[in-house]
Amino acid sequence: MLDQLVVNGKKATRDGFGDGLLEVGRQYPQAVALCADLVGSLKMDAFIKEFPDRFFQAGISEANMMSMAAGLAIGGKIPYTGTFANFSTGRVYDQIRQCIAYSEKNVKVCASHAGVTLGEDGATHQILEDIGMMKMLPGFTVINPCDYAQTKAATIAIAEHQGPVYLRFGRPSWPVFTENMPFEIGKALLLQKGTDVSIFATGHLVWKAVEAARELAAHGISVELVNIHTIKPLDEEAILDSVQKTRCVVTAEEHQIAGGLGESIAQLLARRMPLPMEFVGVHDQFGESGTPEALLEKYGMGASHIVEAVHRVLARK
Amino acid sequence: MADLVQLKRIATQVRRDILRQTHYAASGHPGGSLGCADFFTALYFEILRKNDAHFSMEGKGEDLFFLSNGHISPVWYSVLARSGYFPLGELATFRKLNSRLQGHPATHEGLPGIRVASGSLGQGLSVAIGAALAKRLDGDDHLVYCLTGDGELQEGQIWEAALFAAHKKVDNLILTVDWNGVQIDGRNDDVISLGDLPAKWTAFGWDVLHMHGNDMQDVLRGLAAAKARTGKGKPVVVLMKTEMGYPIDFMMGTHKWHGVAPNAEQLENALSQLEETLGDYPYVEKYQPEGA
Repeated sequence: MLDQLVVNGKKATRDGFGDGLLEVGRQYPQAVALCADLVGSLKMDAFIKEFPDRFFQAGISEANMMSMAAGLAIGGKIPYTGTFANFSTGRVYDQIRQCIAYSEKNVKVCASHAGVTLGEDGATHQILEDIGMMKMLPGFTVINPCDYAQTKAATIAIAEHQGPVYLRFGRPSWPVFTENMPFEIGKALLLQKGTDVSIFATGHLVWKAVEAARELAAHGISVELVNIHTIKPLDEEAILDSVQKTRCVVTAEEHQIAGGLGESIAQLLARRMPLPMEFVGVHDQFGESGTPEALLEKYGMGASHIVEAVHRVLARK
Repeated sequence: MADLVQLKRIATQVRRDILRQTHYAASGHPGGSLGCADFFTALYFEILRKNDAHFSMEGKGEDLFFLSNGHISPVWYSVLARSGYFPLGELATFRKLNSRLQGHPATHEGLPGIRVASGSLGQGLSVAIGAALAKRLDGDDHLVYCLTGDGELQEGQIWEAALFAAHKKVDNLILTVDWNGVQIDGRNDDVISLGDLPAKWTAFGWDVLHMHGNDMQDVLRGLAAAKARTGKGKPVVVLMKTEMGYPIDFMMGTHKWHGVAPNAEQLENALSQLEETLGDYPYVEKYQPEGA
């Protein structure tokens, strides 16, 4: 299947958010957007131009923005908040926990510049703990799309979903390859069937996993590659179906190993089907300044690291 | 419309409810609740334009109220029950297992009258602003009311919200600050002084009014004055002077009763200072909902 994968240039996932948000504005009159002084970075300009009355510039006041979003949701609106991922989570965790999660408000927390691929701004802004924080909140849906097309589809899909959502995307230009593929919240996307190992990847690392799978195929290793865009709720049946066949697992994500997708899958397998497993992600470290590609390499999230993890897990099988 | 005498009678009964709720729960926050009983009574029995019989989360076509300092839940629960949002007898479940009356107000258990959880301080004003923006988008000319404590103003988010509301001219909003000068660790002035509070709100671009929160007539005057100031391009704040623990003699003039429940002897003493005007709610250990 991967040999038939069509790559339609490169675009940032945040562009998918911006284009998706415009579509949401057109389809849902009750949708509103808020931003904390990062309109350009979040690609919200088109929405603001078309729906100026439905946009609220909060300024550099993320706590106020999150609680205001809860108030707008009380009034029947579908608020989309936009800022960087670290300001969307850690900085405002209590506001999200009390006003949105516990209060069951229909707020969509949309977070750009997640992970080390934010690049040169450095570790102050490169949040690698956000998936863990957000998946721990009862009732929250957590989605980490892998490319422009999937981010756009997810941005539109969450409008229809009743309940709080964390939508995580990023800054860099990235290959676009899911344009003609379906997107459904909570449904894993099978990118390639295989028999030797299951790779479950999310976000930017799905593309790295595609590269890794191609290299492994050249060495006669058959990879089943599954894109887990929805980390919560986890598509448990799809994961178990795959692992039943391959009997070993590698996870790949631009996030701390603690608290991420790999941890969720490990919990599932520990309960249902304990099997050898390796984790590609950040191991209890902060990032630093650099280019996205160089950072992924340095912090162990390049295609070669996924290949190495596959060899390690196969040896334990 | 209730008259002044009747409103005072309700407030007295609300105070009895506060003392009994916290006593039977052996926890809770009676001090600030007692101080705000007149305000809540005026709000729920005179000021708010609302539909008591059919609570809707969205509250379209109604005035909305948000309690930011959620720890004074006993006073809110009392006025909600007594204005028909839920059965009066349910006050017996306050802070107990499987109750809708959580220690701090919450929506999770579906208690009518509550629209957002509060208690982690500094957030309610922002929520109220969001609700006010939604009303403005919908062309709904009803108002949004919010109450915060004064110690709560030490939270930075309050001032983020204050900047925003003034900048965006959120003038369908009335904030009241319970200015009792006391917080859990002592006097505001000893913990972190609020300084010249009226000047601060004025400097932030708000229309600042004052009232005496333990004088029912002045509460009615103050809230009417505040309402008259809405729709004029500025958010409105009413700085409400209250006495924590009012009017129980041994509960006033100290921060001790911020978060301590009266024991049996203290309850008896306190209740002896408040006439039972409307009838106490029946206290039972195991409350059975009607029809259950």
